[in-house]
Amino acid sequence: MSLQLRSFFGRLAFGLIAAGAITHLAMAEGNGRMVPLLPEYQQECAACHIAYSPTLMPAASWRRIMGNLPKHFGTDASLDAATVKELSGWINSHAGTYKRVKEEPPQDRITRTAWFIRKHDEVSAASWKLPAVKSASNCIACHSTAEKGDFNEHNVRIPR
Amino acid sequence: MSLLPLHQSSFRSILAVLGLVAAVLAPGAHAATPAELLSGYTAQAGSPAVPARGQQFFATRHGREWSCSSCHGAMPTQTGKHASTGKSIGAMAPAFNPTRFTDAVKTEKWFRRNCNDVVGRECTPAEKADVLSWLLTLKP
Repeated sequence: MSLQLRSFFGRLAFGLIAAGAITHLAMAEGNGRMVPLLPEYQQECAACHIAYSPTLMPAASWRRIMGNLPKHFGTDASLDAATVKELSGWINSHAGTYKRVKEEPPQDRITRTAWFIRKHDEVSAASWKLPAVKSASNCIACHSTAEKGDFNEHNVRIPR
Repeated sequence: MSLLPLHQSSFRSILAVLGLVAAVLAPGAHAATPAELLSGYTAQAGSPAVPARGQQFFATRHGREWSCSSCHGAMPTQTGKHASTGKSIGAMAPAFNPTRFTDAVKTEKWFRRNCNDVVGRECTPAEKADVLSWLLTLKP
């Protein structure tokens, strides 16, 4: 006996459910978006925070960050010119390739991008202030597998 | 003009030694021990290091928001925590973290950055010597 969707609404409902299911399956894979990190990038850019994937912001944002390392979000993150050049080249080749990246975020902060805000809109203001979390830039506080580039929401645990 | 005729095996030995030297020098080119770095700083300072002064320097604020302790802890024998991002930072005292102060370039890079943030300028060789000498007194 085959499924007969006689009504418009029946077909519409089926279509929406199918689309939703497929999208959910596609998005459940948390680490397909990230490129493998250049070891030097991991070494130089993960001492104070996780090594953020260059895919997450457009090239223009990264250019400003790499050009202002002595004044890097309130600290001195300066590097020798040769290293800056090498890292910038690699960053640039992958910048903005995450599918949701569009405009340059305010202050060139990943945490101020539209998709980040939307993804985290269920996180309470109090959670961000927890001592174990401290800052939205501290991905690993809740995303324990962040350093592997895995941000799958099913692996999230907000600390107390 | 003829080249000096070296016996083939000597030539190969020389090449091998040169290769070995190059291999040793190339990647770990800045490798050092904390004691070596300390004697380098005291030599530049022209006076002996004072650990107590180093502890003082480490724990005090120097007219700005952070002290060294803000990220590394008052007693840097344990994992510290970045004052802004919350990222964990390995212990600074070499007896508790054997990788600390074993790379001259890395040490200088971090002194440059962190002194700029904490003190607003480069640390002097004497200050670096004091701090390192104090860190070396911290034993399990």
